[in-house]
Amino acid sequence: MVTEDADRADALFHALADRTRRDILRRVLAGEHSVSALAAKYDMSFAAVQKHVAVLERAGLLIKRRSGREQLASGDVAAVRSVASMLTELEQIWRGRIARIDLLLSSDPDSDSDQED
Amino acid sequence: MPVTDVQHDLDALTLTITADFAAPVERVWQVYADPRQLEKVWGPPTYPATVVDHDLTPGGRMTYYMTSPTGEKHAGYWVVGEVDEPRSFTFEDGFADADFNPLPGLPVSRCVYTFAEHDGGTRATYVSAYASAEALQQVLDMGVVEGASAAIGQIDVLLAG
Repeated sequence: MVTEDADRADALFHALADRTRRDILRRVLAGEHSVSALAAKYDMSFAAVQKHVAVLERAGLLIKRRSGREQLASGDVAAVRSVASMLTELEQIWRGRIARIDLLLSSDPDSDSDQED
Repeated sequence: MPVTDVQHDLDALTLTITADFAAPVERVWQVYADPRQLEKVWGPPTYPATVVDHDLTPGGRMTYYMTSPTGEKHAGYWVVGEVDEPRSFTFEDGFADADFNPLPGLPVSRCVYTFAEHDGGTRATYVSAYASAEALQQVLDMGVVEGASAAIGQIDVLLAG
């Protein structure tokens, strides 16, 4: 279970570690796009864009469906949140530590004048 | 709140937090230089930290354990890298066994803490970097999370990059 989660985390981070893929994800989170409409937005081949879409799909961040001759892609909001939540959990630990440092410093007997050594 | 900025860097698997404290740089440094102060801030009251060895010098070692609400002890260690008192220090933070030997195969985070004078107080910058997403996930799975509950809805912060 833990290993599965870790594999999933690797796939998610790999998918998001590329600027073009993050840009594609931004677009498909905002609404469904055809892969050819996405490809038109970038200065790269259709095949290259299709490959980026496939990486996002394998990471579970993007869902594809077929409509006639078109492939339509949309973002999976819940999956994006799971990546964000890992760094956010860590951020919460830090916020706790910083609040405690602040409390400790403000409990100094003479907190704005000379410090004792 | 003293936290003024938080950066999540997905490319570098790095969390950078900036905080402003109303105390001189030398005073903030003391929090790390004094093991009794460090243990007060490292873990929350429900998951307190106890610092055992403490040597904040280049190559120095720190060891600590954290006690869970059910009394379980989780040990950790720091290996100190560069020290520029009172402005900055670097260290690696890892998991240890009950005798404080580093546990092989567990993630280590690389940390850089910097303290600079700012508006009569101190601006502290805390950087923690992980080698892989798996390492980051493991750190969170290991109970270091101190039961912190994850906030959601950070999509904009993440995707703004």
